Amino acid sequence: MKFAVVVFPGSNCDHDAYYAAQHVLGQDAELIWHKDTSLKGADVVVLPGGFAHGDYLRTGAIARFSPIMQEVQRFAAGGGPVLGICNGFQVLLEAGMLPGAMLRNTVLQFRCEHVYVRVEQTDTPFTAACAPGQVLRIPIAHGEGNYYAEPDVVDRLEHNRQVIFRYATVSGDVTPAANPNGSLNNIAGICNETRNVVGLMPHPERACELAVGSADGLVLFESVLKALSHGAFASAR
Amino acid sequence: MRARVFVTLKPSVFDPQGTTVAEALHTLGYSSVKNVRQGKYFELDIDAGSADEAKRLAGEAAGKLLANPVIESYRIEVDSQ
Repeated sequence: MKFAVVVFPGSNCDHDAYYAAQHVLGQDAELIWHKDTSLKGADVVVLPGGFAHGDYLRTGAIARFSPIMQEVQRFAAGGGPVLGICNGFQVLLEAGMLPGAMLRNTVLQFRCEHVYVRVEQTDTPFTAACAPGQVLRIPIAHGEGNYYAEPDVVDRLEHNRQVIFRYATVSGDVTPAANPNGSLNNIAGICNETRNVVGLMPHPERACELAVGSADGLVLFESVLKALSHGAFASAR
Repeated sequence: MRARVFVTLKPSVFDPQGTTVAEALHTLGYSSVKNVRQGKYFELDIDAGSADEAKRLAGEAAGKLLANPVIESYRIEVDSQ
């Protein structure tokens, strides 16, 4: 299986995602420059964390117009699995591939710490190997992760079970105190209606080996391996 | 021709930055400042035959890029000089 990790100018978690796929998971991975126009036969696309285009204008606002994004949109429209991590999630929101937008954290801090997130749904390519309600300890690092959408959009997300990860306590309780940034309904990650595009603010790629404090993030990468090997979520291209 | 584009958060959207600026102003003694909303301001110098054309073009730019319609709205003014 092959991962494409898109590199925007200002991406800084691209190598972490590459390392997780290539060296921890033992799959093929390739870094793809944002001006490329081909995903080079990849089975999975990762939009990594960082500060694409310096976060100028708005987070993800410029990156969505990068040439590779047309190909990413086509790949996603064909059913292929796309994972947006942190800044990659923000790019997916700006591109309209996921609903909503990010506001500055309600606490005016850049939050950089390990948090707990509860897996809400396991029928996506990036949670297929999770147990329902499983609690993952993975890091966040963002100043603008305060998820917002109009009330009717949030209602639709909840009704369609598109909320995939929620900030929670270590025992899996979703509480205001467990919410690091003010996100509506403690939302940490969502998927699109066809469930193949997933975005989340926490960084699973930075939590794939115990040597870095947690290996809980690896299950997202194992999930896509499992989903694709069962024939689910392969892009029609 | 110069178009001025004012981008502001929609009234329904909480503005953590504006709230913090308001608190700082209160610390400085400006207790009469009741509320602050922070936005963005753009000046676009445009080759256009008329003010209407400049305004139309600036509106397209704002709708596609300068503002995020999920959380922001915009207003445009055009100088005809």
